[in-house]
Amino acid sequence: MNEKIKIHIDGKECWTTNGTSIIDAAKENGIFIPSLCHVDGIKPAGSCRICNVQVNGRNMTACSTPAVDGMHIESNIPELEEMRKAIIEIMFVAGNHFCPACEKSGNCELQALGYRYQMMVPRFPYEFPEKGVNADSKYIYHDRNRCIMCKRCVRGVMKDGKHVFAFNSRGGENLHIELDTELASQLTEAEALAAMDICPVGAILKKERGYYQPIGERKYDKEPIGSEIENK
Amino acid sequence: MSKPVVATTSLAGCFGCHMSLLDIDERILELIELVEFNKSPIDDIKTFTKHCDIGLIEGGCCNSENIHVLKDFRKNCTILVSLGECAIMGGLPALRNGIPVEECIREAYLDGPTVGLNKEQILPNDDELPMILDKVYPCHEIVKIDYYLPGCAPRADLIWNALIALVTGDELKLPYEVVKFD
Ligand code: SF4
Ligand code: SF4
Ligand code: FES
Repeated sequence: MNEKIKIHIDGKECWTTNGTSIIDAAKENGIFIPSLCHVDGIKPAGSCRICNVQVNGRNMTACSTPAVDGMHIESNIPELEEMRKAIIEIMFVAGNHFCPACEKSGNCELQALGYRYQMMVPRFPYEFPEKGVNADSKYIYHDRNRCIMCKRCVRGVMKDGKHVFAFNSRGGENLHIELDTELASQLTEAEALAAMDICPVGAILKKERGYYQPIGERKYDKEPIGSEIENK
Repeated sequence: MSKPVVATTSLAGCFGCHMSLLDIDERILELIELVEFNKSPIDDIKTFTKHCDIGLIEGGCCNSENIHVLKDFRKNCTILVSLGECAIMGGLPALRNGIPVEECIREAYLDGPTVGLNKEQILPNDDELPMILDKVYPCHEIVKIDYYLPGCAPRADLIWNALIALVTGDELKLPYEVVKFD
């Protein structure tokens, strides 16, 4: 299993071990491929498509596709970069993202990608959809206005072997992620904080945390998302 | 050659973007060497007295007067810039977009915890007052906007860099730190 394999990403020779996902292989070799629905330590879902790369001209999700010896992968090409920017813009208009009033601002992965791709304005009309808020549990504030349906919480936030977050129904117009209020009320403060960290955006907030870091000291204030990989 | 002419306005905004413009500090002296200001709260010129090259729009459109002013700017400016989150996407005023107008007005004038003394239950309803719109609109949904400068407020350096680029025709410098949505 630990066999070394050689792949090419954007023409650069990269080494990784057999079975590693393309996104992790890229990371090991100092190449950033953007991701949203994927986070380290959770089984990939391959749903947001922002990590799309091309292998032999075909689009594949880098988070859920394992690297295979001899693969030639294209990531930083105009076609894909343009598509990624469009996905980011869609996410901004499909929710209600009032960054100035969001406690995740500065630490939000969606916003950080907006910065990285220098989104000055989304090309799509704002939808201002009506979405709900669930503030009924002790430590968690769940604001669906900012949810990008990445399902990181569904896969990663558990209490006593049960899912704290789940889809309300399968398919349909009103598909959304719901918080199990009763289960969520049993989360400890530390578990609530961990849930907040799993969410890439400000849809899951730990209550009474507020704006705990000054502007200028937050994660993405000074350096673009991905630079921690590229400048390694 | 005459200087480029700049106009500015604040629609449904908080004047934060204008404050940020003033945050260019002593560069304001350089700015007034480079451009001339026309209609703007900064010099208190209330109506256009000539055609302008650049119009900076703070705030989105929440009422009929905002629409009127915005259209006036479009007519009188060659280039229109949406300055800040409110102009770009409605900003905090647009938090009301999911709530029916009637409910908003009731909350503001009748039911809200700070209303207190409105014993006669009066709702603002005078011909002089602009009509509240059904929701707050981004400026580019009302007129054509040429450029967008995000931020709440946009960083002073972003406004400065953009104005210099527009006036000199040089390429706009966009260092990472200046493009922010908060
Ligand atoms: S979740 Fe992110 S993009 Fe959305 S409002 Fe909060 S900071 Fe902005
Ligand atoms: S609440 Fe957060 S983690 Fe869960 S699906 Fe929505 S954006 Fe993803
Ligand atoms: S990060 Fe790969 S599909 Fe979302």
